[in-house]
Amino acid sequence: MKLTSAALPSSETFRANRTAHLALLDHVREAAAHAAAGGGPEATKRHVARGKMAPRERVAALLDPGSPFLEIGATAAHGMYHNAAPCAGVIAGIGRVSGQEVMVVGNDATVKGGTYYPMTVKKHLRAQEIAEECALPCVYLVDSGGANLPNQDEVFPDRDHFGRIFYNQARMSAKGIPQIAVVMGSCTAGGAYVPAMSDVTIIVKDQGTIFLAGPPLVKAATGEVVSAEDLGGGDVHTRLSGVADYLAEDDAHALALARRAVSHLNRAKPATVQWQSPEDPAYDPEDILGVVPADLRTPYDIREVIARVVDGSRFDEFKPRFGETIVTGFAHVMGCPIGIIANNGVIFSEAAQKAAHFVELCSMRNIPLVFLQNVTGFMVGRKYENEGIARHGAKMVTAVATTNVPKITMLVGGSFGAGNYGMAGRAYSPRFLWTWPNSRISVMGGEQAAGVLATVKREGIERKGGHWSPEEEAEFKRPTLEMFERQSQPLYASARLWDDGIVDPRKTRDVLALSLSASLCAPIEATRFGLFRM
Amino acid sequence: MFQKILIANRGEIACRVIDTARRLGVATVAVYSDADAGARHVAMADEAVHIGGPRPADSYLRGAAIIEAALKTGAEAIHPGYGFLSENPDFVDAVQAAGLVFIGPSGAAIRAMGLKDAAKALMAEAGVPIVPGYHGDNQDPDHLAGAAEALGYPVLIKAVAGGGGKGMRRVDHPADFAAALLSAQGEAQTAFGNPAVLIEKYVEKPRHIEVQVFGDGTRAVHLYERDCSLQRRHQKVIEEAPAPGMTDEMRAAMGQAAVRAAEAIGYSGAGTVEFIVDASDGLRPDRFWFMEMNTRLQVEHPVTEAITGVDLVEWQLRVASGEPLPAKQDDLQIRGHAVEARLYAEDVPAGFLPATGTLKHLRFPPGIRVETGVRPGDVISPWYDPMIAKVISHGPTRAAALIALARALEATEVAGTVTNLGFLARLSRHPGFVAGDVDTGLIARDLQPLTHPLPTPPAARALAVIAAAGLHEATGTGFSLWAPLRRPVPFEAPAHLQVIGPNRLRVEIDGQGHDCALHPDGWWVDGAKTGAQIHVVGDEITVFLRGAHRFQRPDPLARESSASASGLTLAPMPGLVKAVFVAPGAQVAAGDRLAVLEAMKMEHTLCAARAGRVAEVLAGAGDQVEAGAALIRLAEEEVA
Repeated sequence: MKLTSAALPSSETFRANRTAHLALLDHVREAAAHAAAGGGPEATKRHVARGKMAPRERVAALLDPGSPFLEIGATAAHGMYHNAAPCAGVIAGIGRVSGQEVMVVGNDATVKGGTYYPMTVKKHLRAQEIAEECALPCVYLVDSGGANLPNQDEVFPDRDHFGRIFYNQARMSAKGIPQIAVVMGSCTAGGAYVPAMSDVTIIVKDQGTIFLAGPPLVKAATGEVVSAEDLGGGDVHTRLSGVADYLAEDDAHALALARRAVSHLNRAKPATVQWQSPEDPAYDPEDILGVVPADLRTPYDIREVIARVVDGSRFDEFKPRFGETIVTGFAHVMGCPIGIIANNGVIFSEAAQKAAHFVELCSMRNIPLVFLQNVTGFMVGRKYENEGIARHGAKMVTAVATTNVPKITMLVGGSFGAGNYGMAGRAYSPRFLWTWPNSRISVMGGEQAAGVLATVKREGIERKGGHWSPEEEAEFKRPTLEMFERQSQPLYASARLWDDGIVDPRKTRDVLALSLSASLCAPIEATRFGLFRM
Repeated sequence: MFQKILIANRGEIACRVIDTARRLGVATVAVYSDADAGARHVAMADEAVHIGGPRPADSYLRGAAIIEAALKTGAEAIHPGYGFLSENPDFVDAVQAAGLVFIGPSGAAIRAMGLKDAAKALMAEAGVPIVPGYHGDNQDPDHLAGAAEALGYPVLIKAVAGGGGKGMRRVDHPADFAAALLSAQGEAQTAFGNPAVLIEKYVEKPRHIEVQVFGDGTRAVHLYERDCSLQRRHQKVIEEAPAPGMTDEMRAAMGQAAVRAAEAIGYSGAGTVEFIVDASDGLRPDRFWFMEMNTRLQVEHPVTEAITGVDLVEWQLRVASGEPLPAKQDDLQIRGHAVEARLYAEDVPAGFLPATGTLKHLRFPPGIRVETGVRPGDVISPWYDPMIAKVISHGPTRAAALIALARALEATEVAGTVTNLGFLARLSRHPGFVAGDVDTGLIARDLQPLTHPLPTPPAARALAVIAAAGLHEATGTGFSLWAPLRRPVPFEAPAHLQVIGPNRLRVEIDGQGHDCALHPDGWWVDGAKTGAQIHVVGDEITVFLRGAHRFQRPDPLARESSASASGLTLAPMPGLVKAVFVAPGAQVAAGDRLAVLEAMKMEHTLCAARAGRVAEVLAGAGDQVEAGAALIRLAEEEVA
């Protein structure tokens, strides 16, 4: 059924919302531009002067011209390490190469020689995780000095640190997910395993080097004096060592060879869902900026967003009269069938049961799930605890945690408390988690957190017979409020890869479509749910 | 009328003959060489017979095989088209001996006109004016030089058995005579197997005006004149009818002379009497002289058809089948003006070098007559004339016909090979030509402005980059979250492409940016609809935007460095090595002749690019070589 919008584009509210959203977008765009500039113009100039292509140009040249690029972690490490690692020093994303979707991970050597900061490792691993879940071939554009030594304790020893990269390569290769490396710069020490562990490796003449220990370390260890090229250059590795398979004349040639390698993978997308012809929404996605209130506390009908995202604005709403604070229903995005679970207020027991039911339904039918998350949490209070809202919430969380259909989460507003869990927050391994610039994420609202802390403090003071003035209380709450406000910001969240990136709300439909398309590169396994507490 | 005829030709003329035969209900038999099995004329004909290998000598010149094909298929007559066997009297005799009809003049008539000097003598006898000159048998160089002296310089040396400009030299000074004579005789020997030449007075502002005649063996009519003065190195480029500036008096005089010429040899069928006209003083009835008679249908016959309304091939078939001349002189009149341009696959800026290629795209505008032997996808091979088509316009006035021709040429789209389209289009708008001030030297005088490459519109380059990226047929373009990727595009110049929005691209070439937007009717550039057509054939992109603009898209995978060409002499095109003048070890100077390559009916002399010692000779006389084949290698230069 086609949704009907009640939005009034000429209204004052609409225009005010739009203005506020545009300001937020400008802020993100600035951060993304800074990240995309990598090590900055000077470092890029030096990089290019060595005969190399600029890191982003490499990614672009690998992809089919004019094809979409779904970048992951476009503002990773924003504001971290004193802003020393824009974009976390690595470019990652899903793009089309020779007609197939692949995961591209490209080091940005203009950022500290492409060395791995903790967030670099996290981003690289996140990209591999997506690739493994979506069965996407991986192309690594390697140009990195390896681990960032001052941060070695946070990049080397733990499970999800540097070594996991090669573990993932081996595991993916074992699953038949192709691993292709293009060595376009250094590839030292542990880094040498990226090409060595790949199915196919291309190396650029006079640029790429692969060795376990570079010339200085060799000299220190054995006294042998050898040039980098003779130790592990492209000629050596393609002619003598066999560590690399193809010798490229330059970056452009290497990327053309990589494109050719991908064209020979002989892979086809599994048949998973019944696609339809795509259709534009009947309502302009541009107007999302006007219909979504700038203030998170202002309630609005989430169907206004759905109408601007799905094909033909058509939405077959499931159980519309029951548990109305969660909206569930079937729709299509760019022809792909989806089940939508969207918040329309605080979650009550009925809404949680309905959501669990709907997840079961989509799992039965192999329909991917899209979560539009804007949730303050589950309803609190005696009535609700007594009727077992925790039991009903657990059903929803169980369903969301154990379903095997692809889940894609779009954080369109608040993401607070257990609502985050039930609505497929990061911990619930959605294939992708995207966030809008107006979103907030924290264990609870800053006001609530400060309130809880203040209540405890006041009780302590008053038990001792003391007095706590409202001014003192406000002063006490301020740092908590400020901390929550800072840490719940999308740029703060995205910098730490709590999500896969910030999305312009107007591009929600495109991002969902690309995420779905990537997700459906892997077959959908049958679901076996956990116990539902009845 | 015949039931079935065989066409002993190929290309556009074979197709054109089939068209008329089909209209008259006459069945057609085509003949073809190995190279032409898939050719248009074979596809058009009712039947087709294979007659041999791709070389003309192995197929289209094999009279016996053609006669056998006619007999086997039950054809009653053979139409020779032009070229090949069309003016071979022995073939005519053989056709007749086989009990078949030759659609054309008798062997005797062809023989009478075959040797230029004899023909001129014959014509003089019949009262047809001829150019002063020496047409005698004495070929002694000193004697010929003396004859030239007597005529007064400048003079023209011409091959007695010649045609098409072969073996022809203009000599301005007595000192140059001996060398020119030697080279003309050599060329005549190569081309015709007969080194004999004649010497003529050189006409200063010559115009080439020819008269179409048609005879029934006794009587003849003329179908007015054609002006073929727009020539390049004696090859016709644009022909028209009637001749600009022609007076009734002169037309009558030339027409009568032509009819006298035809009747003098008992001419039957379509023929052309060529005259040279001295236009230095305007057209005057006392300043035209007989040059030669072409005893066949001419390439440029359609302009005559356009202005007279006569189908000359129909007349040929009717007269050959025994019907009387279909019209009397008084029935014929001129209506309007017609112009024909010959569209060739040739590299104009490189000096009109014949080209080859696959016509991946070929489109002519509607509303104009086009005679062609090729279709989209057909190949212009090195074996035959690289003509793609003849484009013929007809209008109430000369100005109207010229504008129609220019517009048609500008709207014609050919991809897959270089062509002379731009040259023809510019020629058809040349002020002197438009004013009717034509002579055979016009093209040579204005060669530079007529042939220098057209400036490429920036929009065409932007569209070519889009095509190089494979997006010219895109229905939509990509997506990026925040920072659009800037992608290098393999192109002949440094080029980048950036998707800046839905269906919007920014294209940068050599640092110059263009905003391109995809509309339902194609790509717009910098806010302007271009209407351009884009065609990609392999690594070659052709953008049709006020003319054809060709671009290269280098294959990013093709990175094998080419052989260092400095010491290598390469075949500039596919052809036959006629001669090699050097042997290994020979010391050569820059510019020395190394070899001669015969290709596309032309002899190309290959010279040393630098001085050096010949290290290797990689091809010998008689070898058929591909374009780019290494022929001679010079030793590495010694470091001084």
